[in-house]
Amino acid sequence: MSVFSLLVAQNVVFWVIAALMVFAALRLVTTRNVVHAALYLVGVLGGVAALFLLMGAEFVGITQILIYIGAVIILFLFGIMLTRTRIGDEEKTDHRNRLGAILAGLAVAGVTIYTVIAGFGDAELGADTRTTTAEVSDSIFSQYIIPFEAVSVLLLAALIGAIVVARRE
Amino acid sequence: MWLNQFLVLSAVLFSIGVYGVLARRNGVLVLMSIELILNAVNINLVAFGSYVQTVVGEVFALFVITVAAAEVGVGLAILLLLYRNRRSVDIHDVDMMKG
Repeated sequence: MSVFSLLVAQNVVFWVIAALMVFAALRLVTTRNVVHAALYLVGVLGGVAALFLLMGAEFVGITQILIYIGAVIILFLFGIMLTRTRIGDEEKTDHRNRLGAILAGLAVAGVTIYTVIAGFGDAELGADTRTTTAEVSDSIFSQYIIPFEAVSVLLLAALIGAIVVARRE
Repeated sequence: MWLNQFLVLSAVLFSIGVYGVLARRNGVLVLMSIELILNAVNINLVAFGSYVQTVVGEVFALFVITVAAAEVGVGLAILLLLYRNRRSVDIHDVDMMKG
């Protein structure tokens, strides 16, 4: 395949994924059904994983699917079940006056989009930006070994903390 | 592909997440919006990593994913405790600190 047709394919894939992700994200913050919100979150997270693969980050893409879609979504569904959030249409999912939230969202979008366009207007990603799992693991287990150990202790502390907070007396 | 494609998409997702955090009353939905924000940040990290041809962006995205998983665990545990004591996960019901 020539470089040109590869670029066209990458762009088509990108815009399809981007449209699906924005749609799912908008439905995630507007739907009144809590379980549907969790399913739309699956759509967004899957789209992010696809973007990672598109950028050639294979290990992060696979990790995204395993950790987020495999574990975090299940945790959310258990949270919905255990807090017996009423499933179906209900009035109590949103604040009554959302004008401030809309304005804040638009302001954040305006500032960040203007900044990235002004700062990286003509920056181009190479056609081949693949990185292998071996390179990632080499980096983690040499240069970033101390943050890696710190994060594993943090995960253990969060696990114990969650059990202590949530158990019955 | 332009770097801006990814950065603008990430900015849009981030703003939708900010709207969700501010507009939602249900604690579980607020946590889901926070996940949206963290994922937008991860797209940025990996995009910049690809742009400067280094693997460091991916390493930091992995750290963010780990911390986000810990955050969801603790956050849902707190919501569970809140539900047990208050019979509700409505953010409006948690106003003990309000003067």
